[in-house]
Amino acid sequence: MALEAHRLAGQLTLANLRLIPRLDIKGPDLIKSVQLEGVRKVGDPRTFARRYYADGADEIIYMDAVASLYSRDTLTELVRRTAEEVFVPITVGGGLRTADDVRAMLRAGADKVAINSAATQRPELIREVAERFGAQCMVLQIDAKQAQPQRWEALRDGGRERTGLDVVEWAKRAEGLGAGEILLTSVDREGTRRGFDIDLIRAVTKAVSIPVIASGGMGSMDHLLAAAIEGTADAIAMAHVLHYGVLGLPEIRRQARVHGLKVRPI
Amino acid sequence: MSKVTVVDYGSGNLLSVCRALRHCGAEVSVVESGAGLASADRLVVPGVGAMADSMRNLEARGLVEPLRAFARSDRPLLGICVGMQVMFDAGEEFGVHPGLGLLGGRVRMIPGSRGDGTRRKIPHIGWNALIPAARVNGWEGTILAGLPEEPAAYFLHSFAVDPDDDGARLAECEHEGVRVCAAVKSGLVYGCQFHPEKSGEVGLTILKNFLAL
Repeated sequence: MALEAHRLAGQLTLANLRLIPRLDIKGPDLIKSVQLEGVRKVGDPRTFARRYYADGADEIIYMDAVASLYSRDTLTELVRRTAEEVFVPITVGGGLRTADDVRAMLRAGADKVAINSAATQRPELIREVAERFGAQCMVLQIDAKQAQPQRWEALRDGGRERTGLDVVEWAKRAEGLGAGEILLTSVDREGTRRGFDIDLIRAVTKAVSIPVIASGGMGSMDHLLAAAIEGTADAIAMAHVLHYGVLGLPEIRRQARVHGLKVRPI
Repeated sequence: MSKVTVVDYGSGNLLSVCRALRHCGAEVSVVESGAGLASADRLVVPGVGAMADSMRNLEARGLVEPLRAFARSDRPLLGICVGMQVMFDAGEEFGVHPGLGLLGGRVRMIPGSRGDGTRRKIPHIGWNALIPAARVNGWEGTILAGLPEEPAAYFLHSFAVDPDDDGARLAECEHEGVRVCAAVKSGLVYGCQFHPEKSGEVGLTILKNFLAL
């Protein structure tokens, strides 16, 4: 009986780890960036999104890498058409600056929005979005660059501008303002395939009680396991390994389960 | 083809719900006022965000009484997420606010603290298996019929319903050690805390079941 209770408690303590393909978009193309600088075209984003849905993705992230006003219509149209055939949650980020921008993206078919630059410049935006549309759709995107051991600075505008914000402090403040989730990208690891910045992920997951999506650096299954187990990430965003067919979602899900992680049964 | 009417009261997931229903083969019409409800075959009330906000929007569009009348009329009704929460007596988000009162019970915040004093993740975001509630004798004949084993659905919420009548609980899920009411049923009035329109093939099966009621 005691053993059974213990087993049950262990099973129930952690939520299912979410496996999330991240699709960075530039104009009409799916791209893959290397440390947020060099870019390569990969293909048509909808084709990839459809395949990931069929393969059992738990969610999809679209991130507009250019995020100009000009490209906004292209992104909205992409979201609209994707939402007609992909029936899992879609998070959209890149250049959203106002609650009205958020509304337009939700109406197009996004379930959540990821906001970075505009929130670092005007943190009240987080509260406005959370109050108007619910905390659950307000994802704070943090692009983190290591400044010293165990210290990271948040960058904005696609990693081009510094904010002076300490990542852990910023995450806590955003939680207080009503952010429902954090998309945490290591700028140092993004595009390197050298693995996630585990210290960064752990520092943020320890500091907040909202879910944290680890992003940037996944090149192998071991990287995912480290982010989930040592980093205690709630969700894993992955790009290169999926886009280039290094690993497939069904295999990732199977291996995660073999290694004792809880994932959605499919 | 099944006809379904979706209530538009400004909810963010309106179009996602419509798209999923169309994908299931339904003929979907959208109504913004009470007038369209009288002739509806079946009704879906979507929802995201806060319950008080949603009630205000329903009131502003004159939908409160028509929704109550619809629920009494023995036609299928499905509330999704906050669209289900508004069907209850009252909610405790940003103060106590009355709901439509179609179902007895309250909408409460998921406890933020676990039994051992550690913090539970709120909002509850993610995929959880649906578990038959204690008083339910299987899901046959309900919108949860014919699902695979351990059917997982997508949840995105901080508040959960607590029905007065345990018999109204159709399904539950576990979120970090606490049982959360995942679906309710009272006659042909159904509610899902999860988002069937975002729950992959499991969710589409649930919507098809609703369309076949």
